[in-house]
Amino acid sequence: MANVSDRPDAGIPPAEVPDLPLPHPHTWWGRYVFSQDAKYIAIQYSGTAIAIGLVGLVLSWLMRLQLGFPGIFDFITPEAYYQFITMHGMIMVIYLLTAIFLGGFGNYLIPLMVGARDMVFPFVNMLSYWIYLLAVLVLVASFFVPGGPTGAGWTLYPPQAILSGTPGGQGAGIILMLVSLILFIIGFTMGGLNYVVTVLQARTRGMTLMRMPLTVWGIFTATVMALLAFPALFVACVMMLFDRLLGTSFFMPALVELGETLSYGGGSPIVFQHLFWFFGHPEVYIVALPAFGIVSDLISVHARKNIFGYRMMVWAIVIIGALSFIVWAHHMYVSGMHPYFGFFFATTTLIIAVPTAIKVYNWVLTLWKGDIHLTLPMLFAIAFIVTFANGGLTGLFLGNVVVDVPLSDTMFVVAHFHMVMGVAPILVIFGAIYHWYPKMTGRMLNEAMGQIHFWVTFIGAYAIFFPMHYVGLVGVPRRYPEIDASFITTPVAGLNAFISVAALVVGAAQVLFLFNLLWSLRAGRAAGPNPWRACSLEWQTPDTPPVHGNWGKDLPVVYRWAYDYSVPGAPEDFIAQNDPGPRIEKDVPL
Amino acid sequence: MIVALILLLLVLGSVIFHLVSPWWWTPIASNWAYIDSTLVVTFWITGIVFAAVVLFLAYCVYRFRHQPGRKADYEPENKRLEVWLTVATSIGVAAMLAPGLIVWKQFVTVPSEATEVEVVGQQWSWSYRLPGADGKLGASGVNWISADNPLGVSPHDSNGADDVIVEGGDLHLPIGKPVKVVLRSVDVLHDFYVPEFRAKMDMVPGTVTYFWFTPIRTGEFEVLCAELCGTGHAFMRSYVQVQEQAEYDAWLGEQVTFASLQRPRPVRVAAEP
Ligand code: HEM
Ligand SMILES: [Cu+2]
Ligand SMILES: [Cu+2]
Repeated sequence: MANVSDRPDAGIPPAEVPDLPLPHPHTWWGRYVFSQDAKYIAIQYSGTAIAIGLVGLVLSWLMRLQLGFPGIFDFITPEAYYQFITMHGMIMVIYLLTAIFLGGFGNYLIPLMVGARDMVFPFVNMLSYWIYLLAVLVLVASFFVPGGPTGAGWTLYPPQAILSGTPGGQGAGIILMLVSLILFIIGFTMGGLNYVVTVLQARTRGMTLMRMPLTVWGIFTATVMALLAFPALFVACVMMLFDRLLGTSFFMPALVELGETLSYGGGSPIVFQHLFWFFGHPEVYIVALPAFGIVSDLISVHARKNIFGYRMMVWAIVIIGALSFIVWAHHMYVSGMHPYFGFFFATTTLIIAVPTAIKVYNWVLTLWKGDIHLTLPMLFAIAFIVTFANGGLTGLFLGNVVVDVPLSDTMFVVAHFHMVMGVAPILVIFGAIYHWYPKMTGRMLNEAMGQIHFWVTFIGAYAIFFPMHYVGLVGVPRRYPEIDASFITTPVAGLNAFISVAALVVGAAQVLFLFNLLWSLRAGRAAGPNPWRACSLEWQTPDTPPVHGNWGKDLPVVYRWAYDYSVPGAPEDFIAQNDPGPRIEKDVPL
Repeated sequence: MIVALILLLLVLGSVIFHLVSPWWWTPIASNWAYIDSTLVVTFWITGIVFAAVVLFLAYCVYRFRHQPGRKADYEPENKRLEVWLTVATSIGVAAMLAPGLIVWKQFVTVPSEATEVEVVGQQWSWSYRLPGADGKLGASGVNWISADNPLGVSPHDSNGADDVIVEGGDLHLPIGKPVKVVLRSVDVLHDFYVPEFRAKMDMVPGTVTYFWFTPIRTGEFEVLCAELCGTGHAFMRSYVQVQEQAEYDAWLGEQVTFASLQRPRPVRVAAEP
């Protein structure tokens, strides 16, 4: 069976697209500002996402101050509180998480991991970033217009989103929000097409789809989903903009606002909800699938063991991606849609739990009989499993239609989605940064600061969101700047204050993390090309950090999957993907 | 070592918090005890799974932590184990879904003897309308809203004349009688939410939504709004008074009807134009 020819790559078919020439900028602007190098664009995307994410973080402090210590901070009026939750929610979900996973990690890792020199359309890729930046600036501008940003909640449900009872509804706030989202989607589509075509067409010789690291599978599937889901949000935004500016009635029925009959009529607010959640549910997985992929790789590398059930993991990603398009109305069980939808959507939602659970099992089984190095990336991966398991399991409450009825729109929901799509993906982002920072900069992040950052973030976030479920179970609704009601038999004020203190502490730890990022740029220990002794291609570049074009003269040739760790009989505990090395007896049929 | 220990403590802490903390749902006042029991079943199943996963994780971290000379096992796949886990998970999920769907069927099937009660939401207050002696609510719509017809009851529908209108007051309900709560909004989305009743439903301008329940306990229950409706959202409150039949009848007798509100300009119950 072994290769008869003496060249080890003799049996490998050529790549689909040959090595293409790259644009080589000659000016300072071309190299450092309007760069077309995916690695550079990745850093621009991530830097912008982290910057706006800090705004989201500060807003969460303000909200927690209000909830924990109501009545003390006079400037947090109900109007301001609603503006804070809206901007916080939107920033975190779209402008931080989506942007950093796809624009940041996608750009950095896809070309390196599939052995390409760059994305296939570098110019469009550059445009993608600049449009994203514009979207962020428009979003930020809404803080400074008269009336302030919109306070419609991140779900922007009409009619209230465009009426005067909601902050920003009759001002510029809602308009800027919608315009910013439209820009974001345009920018994302440019990047997204790029990631998809690069994965499908620009893989190097020998890099079959079933040899790609799960990171690429996760980002790839999430991008395909985003390309299908964002258009629903796009049309919803355009239609709402028309309702607001041109007086159309896509989402607006006849209504009487504060005694005054408005000239709307005939539209349906529920149609907006369907469009929003047709985007919004896949969005959860657009954030989660890249995290699933990345965490699989972190676990495998740092446990020195192949990921358990690789093919099952790939299929689980693809199946979750597909199923997540037919569960959206589980966000609408009490929206007033036809109640019989509940049967269908509860069933699909609980079915999706099965492939999701399989992923959790496979992560844990990868650790079984591993050689677990408790490095920072591994610690964050473990924290992710705990947090994600917790948040995923509470999803079974909210997905099971009848159990959702008492819980929906309470703080239980807020606790659930923060665990599953807030904290869990963020833990992966941290793990990934500790993991790939050495490749991006050539230096290791400081371990002591990292340990403090890890423990405060992991335990702190759990302390914020685990008790919050019980605030919701008591019955406290979400989006209440203060709660005082007769149904509360045991006051929740003390618990709320505790949660708020934990939130401030966790926030402070993020400042330490940012300091570490800057400090280690100069003072970090030199990393060398492959400090974690990992198999996948990005660690095999001739230069660290990789230079423009990634691979020197020749593209790498791939001989194996990305998970040949601790192979029996091999001289070392890993065999790089581009190492022709020994054939492996117990190989998976890839 | 320390990592495994902390994971262990995290599970213990969560379980203890769940068992001894005083924060739990408010005592139920409707027939939806089934919802509570489905929720408890879900708590048990998911709690066990969570503890099992994290404890297994902690064991792996402890048992297989890196030590000099340790080498990881090489086992890419294990068909039998993977199939086994998939089947077990599917059974667990079905065990939660099946009772859930059965209870949902009850939730969406309004008993024929239920009386209709209308709740109308507007920024930021609640109003109520009860059918009069004819047991039927008159038609309604936002175009009929005016200063002396705040709920927009149709003056052309004879069923509406004897409807009882409660504006700014509490909703009273007799104990033990199923009610179909018909929900309407005149401006934006709201959600009629009484934690003790467990049920809730959005109110959507332009359509009529509903849910049903049977009050099983007398007392005063606070109404909250559970769908963001603007700056007054958190302060949109009212009460439901569940009473014995006699008390309820007495209250009902004191209420104004739609026709009496319109007295200055008597309603012509004529054919629609
Ligand atoms: C330490 C970190 C965080 C804290 C303390 C925090 C806190 C909060 C609070 C207090 C609310 C408002 C609850 C309410 O009154 O309804 C909220 C809402 C929200 N948060 Fe976070 N959050 C954090 C991180 C995140 C992250 C990482 C995400 C990303 C998914 C996120 C997404 C959201 C969303 C989507 C909402 C809903 C906004 C709305 O109701 O319209 N949060 N958060
Ligand atoms: Cu969803
Ligand atoms: Cu409300």
